[in-house]
Amino acid sequence: MMLLRPKRDLTMAEAARAPGGARVDHLLVAAMVEPKSRVLDVGCGDGELLRLLEERGVDGRGIELSREGVNECVAKGLAVIQGDADTDLSDYPDDAFDYVILSQTLQATRRPREVLENMLRIGRRAIVSFPNFGHWRIRLQLLLNGAMPVTDNLPDSWYDSPNIHFCTIKDFRELCSVAGAKMEKSLALNPWGAPLRLNAPWWFWNLFGEQAVFLLSRKG
Amino acid sequence: MVEAELSVRPEVNGHMREADNPQSPVVRFGADKPLRLDAGVELCPFQIAYQTYGTLNASRSNAILICHALTGDQHVNNVHPVTGKGGWWDSMIGPGKPIDTERYFVICQNVVGACMGTTGPASTNPATGKPWGLDFPVITIRDMVRAQAMLLDHLGIEQLLGVAGGSMGGMQVLQWAASYPERVFAALPIATSTRHSAQNIAFHEVGRQAVMADPEWRQGRYLIEGTNPRRGLAVARMGAHITYLSDAALHRKFGRKFQDRQNPTFSFDADFQVESYLRYQGITFVERFDANSYLYLTRAMDYFDLAADYDDVLANAFRGTPTRFCVISFTSDWLFPTSDSRAIVHALNAGSARVSFAEIVTDKGHDAFLLDEPELFAIVRGFLDSASEARGLRKA
Repeated sequence: MMLLRPKRDLTMAEAARAPGGARVDHLLVAAMVEPKSRVLDVGCGDGELLRLLEERGVDGRGIELSREGVNECVAKGLAVIQGDADTDLSDYPDDAFDYVILSQTLQATRRPREVLENMLRIGRRAIVSFPNFGHWRIRLQLLLNGAMPVTDNLPDSWYDSPNIHFCTIKDFRELCSVAGAKMEKSLALNPWGAPLRLNAPWWFWNLFGEQAVFLLSRKG
Repeated sequence: MVEAELSVRPEVNGHMREADNPQSPVVRFGADKPLRLDAGVELCPFQIAYQTYGTLNASRSNAILICHALTGDQHVNNVHPVTGKGGWWDSMIGPGKPIDTERYFVICQNVVGACMGTTGPASTNPATGKPWGLDFPVITIRDMVRAQAMLLDHLGIEQLLGVAGGSMGGMQVLQWAASYPERVFAALPIATSTRHSAQNIAFHEVGRQAVMADPEWRQGRYLIEGTNPRRGLAVARMGAHITYLSDAALHRKFGRKFQDRQNPTFSFDADFQVESYLRYQGITFVERFDANSYLYLTRAMDYFDLAADYDDVLANAFRGTPTRFCVISFTSDWLFPTSDSRAIVHALNAGSARVSFAEIVTDKGHDAFLLDEPELFAIVRGFLDSASEARGLRKA
């Protein structure tokens, strides 16, 4: 069974962090969430993002596939259940949450499109962050080495990786369009976690963004 | 020989002394406070025996109710008056333990139908002056919970900080949350289910038939006739005990090892350690438990089907509930498997409840909830910490 989030991510030692100690990508996700809202974090890992959200007065819930992640979260007092994004989101009723977050997990799901559609069904909004496989270093590695890229951000060999559905920012925008998602906000981050220029063209983000964060809503 | 090894001490069994006059505080409910049973009759008068630990705070907001399992009782954290052994959840409850008696006021009540001082089939029927026996009305999990609520009213506890229990105790926790959502701030159903499965009913039926097949059972009148269906009850316990363990745990503990011998005796002695262990479980059980109580409590579990009271939609039992839940299951529990706990979680999610769910990896089977499981302790502690914080209790 595929992990919702790599085990390594339970510590995410290599993630860019703000001076307060919080992960930069988490802070950017949290900034997209209105206070006092109800949030489901799908693939919540060790609960770091959930805790950040709860500190900001958000009513947070989580789903996590790995037992160790779940048990750690529950012992921290977080409302987290053991479950699988691919199969268990369908159990939630429509509009149960204000936001459904998929942080660094999309690429590890078996059916990203169904997951995204379910997120938009059970939440009024969805927030998705993912590593951009279109980043120039990845493109270069593939071009020069002719082998699946291994980077600090994506350290697993292809045969060990839980990440079975990598995509680029361009690919993700296409998924949004087929899944009926409207892009409300989007951000691309450089390797140090700083956002790229907002007015930069998409091709620029796709080439220089190492990660991307999207705030989505239902179309229509 | 089987017979010799299954016989027990000849003196009067301890629980029979406990049934009417237990070594526990007792509250008696008279004619003005009958217990209305699901069977459509009233139990009146009746009494509840209970134990408490720790101190109730001034705002009466730190009470945690522990619900005991089928063969448990109220002696959750003190020396048992009949067996002389420690409390059945000493590992979980006490000063500095996950359910910390320095912070919380812990209450555990003997359930209705049991035999340690709360009214049950071994208690004296006031109408006849003799033990109730099978004249005792059939009771349900909901009846147990209704009675517990009456005791809390008596103690002046409006809302519980938590209700916790495993197995049949977990059924009571779920019933509490469904029947009295406003009275339960946090619920901890462990290794349990909202409905007893066909397989579990089948196991219970085997146990009941073992009791009833014992000629000393006398159609349930053994207390009046001065007999005791020890062997039937011991066999019932032996069978049930297997279901509380797992194949892996039995193999780890006993394997095929012989008991005090090198070779098989080519007889039906307890050659194997596992046989000897089970016989011991059976023998010690009958010293402290009433055979008819065993029939009534297994029946109550069989009848439990929470969704049935809510148009067969489990989510309706918890819709809009203010209670926060922590559901826990164990990987090797095949009596109340993780899928049962998942069904609870799905229903709670559908009802938008605040729910945590953890499955703990262990080979100890259903009984794992009673054993030394550090992960279980960490989860219970963390869940109660956050619940008491949300409830506005001072940190210890």
